[in-house]
Amino acid sequence: MSNEWFKVAELSEIRVDRTRLCRIGDQVLCLYNLDGAIYATDDLCTHGAASLADGFIENGEIVCPLHDGRFCIRTGKATGAPCTIDIKTYSVKVKDGAVLLDSTEFADVPHDRTIP
Amino acid sequence: MSQSIVVIGAGQAGGWAARTLRDQGHDGRIVLVGRECRPPYERPPLSKGILDGVTAPEAATIFAKSVLEQLAIEWRAPVECLSIDRGKRHVLLSDRSTIAYDKLILCTGGRARPLSLPGGNLPGVFQLRSMEDALAIAARLEPGKRLVAVGGGWIGLEVAATANMRGLDVTIVEADARLCARTVPPQASSYLLSLHEQHRTQVLLGCDIERIEPDSAGGLVVVLKDGRVLPADIIVAGIGLLPNDELARDAGLECRGGIIVDTQCRTSDERIFAAGDVTLAYNHWHDRRLRLESWQNAQDQGIAAAKAALGINIQYDPLPRFWSDQYGIRIQMLGCPNSERGIPIVRQGREAGHFMVFCVDSSRLLGAFSVNAASDLREARRILMSGRPVAPAALADPTFDLADL
Repeated sequence: MSNEWFKVAELSEIRVDRTRLCRIGDQVLCLYNLDGAIYATDDLCTHGAASLADGFIENGEIVCPLHDGRFCIRTGKATGAPCTIDIKTYSVKVKDGAVLLDSTEFADVPHDRTIP
Repeated sequence: MSQSIVVIGAGQAGGWAARTLRDQGHDGRIVLVGRECRPPYERPPLSKGILDGVTAPEAATIFAKSVLEQLAIEWRAPVECLSIDRGKRHVLLSDRSTIAYDKLILCTGGRARPLSLPGGNLPGVFQLRSMEDALAIAARLEPGKRLVAVGGGWIGLEVAATANMRGLDVTIVEADARLCARTVPPQASSYLLSLHEQHRTQVLLGCDIERIEPDSAGGLVVVLKDGRVLPADIIVAGIGLLPNDELARDAGLECRGGIIVDTQCRTSDERIFAAGDVTLAYNHWHDRRLRLESWQNAQDQGIAAAKAALGINIQYDPLPRFWSDQYGIRIQMLGCPNSERGIPIVRQGREAGHFMVFCVDSSRLLGAFSVNAASDLREARRILMSGRPVAPAALADPTFDLADL
């Protein structure tokens, strides 16, 4: 199956070392800008009911705003207590200033945003 | 031969200490001694979800029995540690057994300060520290009953909010002139007062209790020093914590209302470490020694003490962090929001219900109190950690994006 990438944000909308919430159907993701490179993970912390988009980026890790658990943004690995379960990561591509996700990773992709 | 490390106290700090020893590669004996029947659990749900009945006790468990077994942690419970023999390097337990140690980590926590006034131990008067306490209170929270929360600190406010939501008629009695006076600035106390009053909870400030009496109908009566009386079906006292430092004191370790530890979590005995609510440690945000008494400190100092016991170099002097949930509102604090070295700066959020109070000295942020303001708090944290100067006017201006600071 060939990958189809779809646009979810403009690169300029995500500041360096900041996050952005992103909804695709029922799925909620958090986008990160690490020194100009964009990454994506699930937004809901694997430990408590908290949105990682409200978290703090430190040394390539997202710090959960509720209990200060940590995940590696690049790999999704749980790196700090109390988090022990890794967070799901997603493929991201940046093309012509647009942040793109891979439609094969989502159940419910809005068709009008698909870029072949 | 590999070392034996004994952890006294199987709460959040003790649990994390034991687990961290194994995570860090310690292959010797680890014994975790707990006085409660339950494996390590966290306490924040006790005054919220457990009282409310929406959280099952098991959901508060941090490390289940099976996890402790997998990690080959010898969990001994329920048993009390009676004494430490520092010369022979062993501890004596209430089942008359002794356990030898090479390193000892004390995570004995604290207990609720008792209500030491006439009638303070009558049936129907509760304190909240353990899961058993919470379950006993939860069983009595029936709609229409009258609850008096003694103490307008965090425990009192959370109990009051939970009971109110369950349909009880709630009164808070606080001796101080404002709520949470020890930890938050006056503007935050005013916010908390209005929050509880909006929910039709009666809040009596600057009020001392004379005594508690049984009434003829099987209920209780709280008699205030000014002569007023408050009928109650249930009374919950949340008037602070007493550190369980007797074991350490009896062993001759330096204590002063808590076991004194340094940034390596070391006590005055180089083989004995301590972590969690029982410790008294210097924190540079507060610029004094204090007991942090928070979820965060219990976990992080437990982890730090385990590393230190294994000879790993650590510097534990954390940015204090705290949260509370009341009426579906998330209150969070960072640093020292009530520092005498600073002045409070209020920031009204862009949306209704968002509210922050910063504490700023001549140019630097010392702490922040926030209500439903996660993203502003994140920026406050960035500023706190960087230590860079901030203009108070920018903090106070809700149209100014803190991310630009």
